[in-house]
Amino acid sequence: MSADIAAPRSQRIDPKYNRARKSRGSFEMVAWLFMRLSGVALVVLIFGHLFANLMVGDGINAIDFGFVAGKWADPVWQFWDLAMLWLAMLHGTNGVRTIINDYAEKPATRVWLKGILYVATIVIVVLGTLVIFTFDPCIAGNSIPACQ
Amino acid sequence: MSKASSGTLYRGHEGMWSWVGHRVTGVVIFLFLLVHVLDTSLVRVSPGAYDAVMSTYKNPLMALGETALVAAIVFHAFNGLRLILVDFWKSGTKYHRQMLWGVLALWVITMVAFSIRHLSLAFGGH
Ligand code: HEM
Ligand code: HEM
Repeated sequence: MSADIAAPRSQRIDPKYNRARKSRGSFEMVAWLFMRLSGVALVVLIFGHLFANLMVGDGINAIDFGFVAGKWADPVWQFWDLAMLWLAMLHGTNGVRTIINDYAEKPATRVWLKGILYVATIVIVVLGTLVIFTFDPCIAGNSIPACQ
Repeated sequence: MSKASSGTLYRGHEGMWSWVGHRVTGVVIFLFLLVHVLDTSLVRVSPGAYDAVMSTYKNPLMALGETALVAAIVFHAFNGLRLILVDFWKSGTKYHRQMLWGVLALWVITMVAFSIRHLSLAFGGH
């Protein structure tokens, strides 16, 4: 990167018409790239999740408290679920943000809808993260021998 | 858009329907995920509470619902990979339509395999 090449026509047009102005920063570009990178990771994470929970062994019939305890005893599955939670929530939130921008035309409606969206996202991400890290297989009410 | 624009490569063609499908499935998965994290959080309440809610998922009607959800995810995932290829692969824009047929073919194959396994587990019952 030696030569600094000016953006096309950046000299000739009145700055007020220059849409390449930095006002929005690179946020939208980062968001665009994030949608694609997280998408690739989510294919692996979600397909793995569905395979392990629905296709193997007794599938849906096997899912109960003990099943979750068995999975989260393994740090690999804890990390798996954590990554899936964060990536899917951020990817989904950014996708829904785009959709709100597309359909909600009144500024006040946009602000409200996005406010509700961001609050919901924060609540779910924090809750889901706490659940993974504070999980206790011997929580009150579990009477299996290992917990006595 | 006026009628004069009916010559577009996009509006009303496969490209538009795949976009509508991608959008609708994205929102559906997002809404499911909000509820899914809430129901999983019951493992912090008590084993009984979690098992009680999980047992409501284990019936034939819910099995069909789960299959529909997985169908939405598999479509969104494969079509999402196609969108990524359109953006990053140098011949991506040239083959976007062929890739859409590829997405639909893979989607059907995956869903046939998934449904056979999941529905026979769910309807085989315990
Ligand atoms: C399984 C792997 C996934 C892949 C490969 C994938 C890929 C993509 C891609 C490439 C986009 C387009 C982004 C853009 O136009 O800039 C997108 C949009 C979107 N995705 Fe995903 N995604 C996946 C999973 C998910 C999940 C789990 C959710 C929900 C939690 C979700 C919700 C959305 C939403 C709401 C949009 C916006 C749709 C629109 O603007 O029309 N996706 N996805
Ligand atoms: C019908 C299909 C599904 C079933 C039966 C299912 C089942 C489960 C179960 C039993 C758990 C507990 C922990 C574990 O097994 O890893 C869990 C956690 C989780 N699932 Fe799913 N899942 C399904 C679909 C999905 C999908 C489509 C997504 C992503 C969009 C997802 C995302 C998650 C996340 C993020 C967690 C961790 C929740 C937390 O942090 O508290 N699941 N799921």
